[in-house]
Amino acid sequence: MDATRVMDWEKVGGGVRRKRIISRLTFTIPSAVLFILVVTAIFAPLLAPYPPDQIALLDRLMPPAFVEGGSTAHLLGTDLIGRDILSRVIYGARISLSVSLLVILITASIGTGLGIISGYLGGRTDAFLMRVTDISLAFPAILIALLFAAILGPSYWTVVLAISLLGWAPYARLIRGEALRLREADFVAQARIIGTSPGRIMVRHIFPNIMNPLIIMATLSVGFVILTEAALSYLGAGIPPPTASWGNMVSDGRNLIDTAWWISLFPGIAIGLVVLSGNFLGDWLRDKMDPRLRQI
Amino acid sequence: MTRFIIMRLLQTFVALIGISILIFVMVRASGDPTMLFRTSMTTEEDIARIRANLGLDKSMPEQYWIFLTDLAQGDLGESLVKRRPVTDMIMERLPNTLSLALTSFFISMVVAFFLGVLGATRRDTFWDNGVKFLAILGQALPGFWVAIMAILVFSVYWQIFPPAGHGTPAHFVLPVTTMAFFLLPGMMRLVRSGMLDVLDSEYIKMARIKGLPERVVIWKHALRNALIAPLTAAGMIFAMLITGAVITEQVFNWPGIGRLAIEALFSRDFPVVQGIVLMVAATVLLINLFVDITYAYIDPQIRYQQM
Repeated sequence: MDATRVMDWEKVGGGVRRKRIISRLTFTIPSAVLFILVVTAIFAPLLAPYPPDQIALLDRLMPPAFVEGGSTAHLLGTDLIGRDILSRVIYGARISLSVSLLVILITASIGTGLGIISGYLGGRTDAFLMRVTDISLAFPAILIALLFAAILGPSYWTVVLAISLLGWAPYARLIRGEALRLREADFVAQARIIGTSPGRIMVRHIFPNIMNPLIIMATLSVGFVILTEAALSYLGAGIPPPTASWGNMVSDGRNLIDTAWWISLFPGIAIGLVVLSGNFLGDWLRDKMDPRLRQI
Repeated sequence: MTRFIIMRLLQTFVALIGISILIFVMVRASGDPTMLFRTSMTTEEDIARIRANLGLDKSMPEQYWIFLTDLAQGDLGESLVKRRPVTDMIMERLPNTLSLALTSFFISMVVAFFLGVLGATRRDTFWDNGVKFLAILGQALPGFWVAIMAILVFSVYWQIFPPAGHGTPAHFVLPVTTMAFFLLPGMMRLVRSGMLDVLDSEYIKMARIKGLPERVVIWKHALRNALIAPLTAAGMIFAMLITGAVITEQVFNWPGIGRLAIEALFSRDFPVVQGIVLMVAATVLLINLFVDITYAYIDPQIRYQQM
């Protein structure tokens, strides 16, 4: 064995190891961030130094502790009416987390149901459902939410309803493709031959086999839902004040940006971190469980 | 082909009717619109008069028929607050939205092509990773927050560009840049995956075997065919444009239809929001129709498959 060959192998070995380390990091860091998010949301009352809507007019517009003029009493500063930014960011985690869990639960159920029916039954049902899916995919969710908010008034449930109304479409599209593939599988054909009803085949044979793509899709949509909720709250069509949500906190700071930049900065960083983690974790899961699904 | 187009036109028409029914029912089911006019001084007769005025005393199918025939004539009803036709209000604001959205779209498209090609041709290099990183960041950071931070840096700290408003060319810079940044990740993904598909194809291999310089292969043969990829996603791009416009207009106080929708939201003026939603819905359907027909024209297989 000559020297160059040995060197090549070392090079390859190093590359593989580096890839493995990166792959492990893209799992551990996002998982840690999301874990912290969940813990923060659950234990918000214990972690937050102040109640989220406690007004302190004497402490208004205090800069963060690490800036000149700031104090350690308010680590991330205070807003126009003296509410503690850190406490509000901590409580905002509750909104982001609960909205995304609820929306994902609703959209994944509807999307999976319609996707399996569409893919397995085929024919006219499929053509019709996929037409509806196409339209839903192209419809900006933000406008539906604005309409809902204009009719019903902005509220927590308006947000959940508005994001869910169109959010099932990507699931339906993905799951339909999977069901279409599984329909031709041997075990499904055998079930059909022994006279199993279509309903039972869909629930017992197709559904368990689409779990992987479903989990990947659900993880990848955490970021999307959190971003949409934040955008709606920013626009005033989402979580109504005084409840702290990251979106409406950024909005509070918009008109004070020339004097109090910290009001908008920190909730934005929180959104970015959580969304980034959700996307990374989703990518990691996809590479591990189902590398075929590169396109989602 | 003619049969295909007629079928699609018919489907689009049915979908339009379906959406109009959906929105009609949604608005009516959510409560009595006269609630919006009610004060402590309102008498029963006043309410009856308001109902007659708004046409609410007629039966539901009758009301829907009026709504639909008005719609067919381009009449989207009247604003509850401004007492003006919604169509006029939208038309007034539409040019502002179009100038913002189209400029941003064009810029992000050009940048996406440049970066997408760079990423696809130099896979797993510093450039490819840099482009990927930019796309990941652009996808995770909320657009409205990026816009506000841009105001902080360029209007408050450096004072180069105005923080809000509309009128001079300088007012265009920040809204267009932030909106283009918002659109960029999606566009880049489309271009990158389209480009990778094309680079993998037989005719590119052929062009390379023929000995054409790499420059010609990429910029002439591959890019032309990769241009088709965003067409498939035209519907998605449109949704992105509307979302981006609504957010950007709100941040920069830009007098477009997105801002109009939000103003209407705050005064609970639902006919205006409904009008904008209906207009966007119709556009979505037309884009789908257009994409389908173009596709069937390019690729005959689709025509026969979906008959």
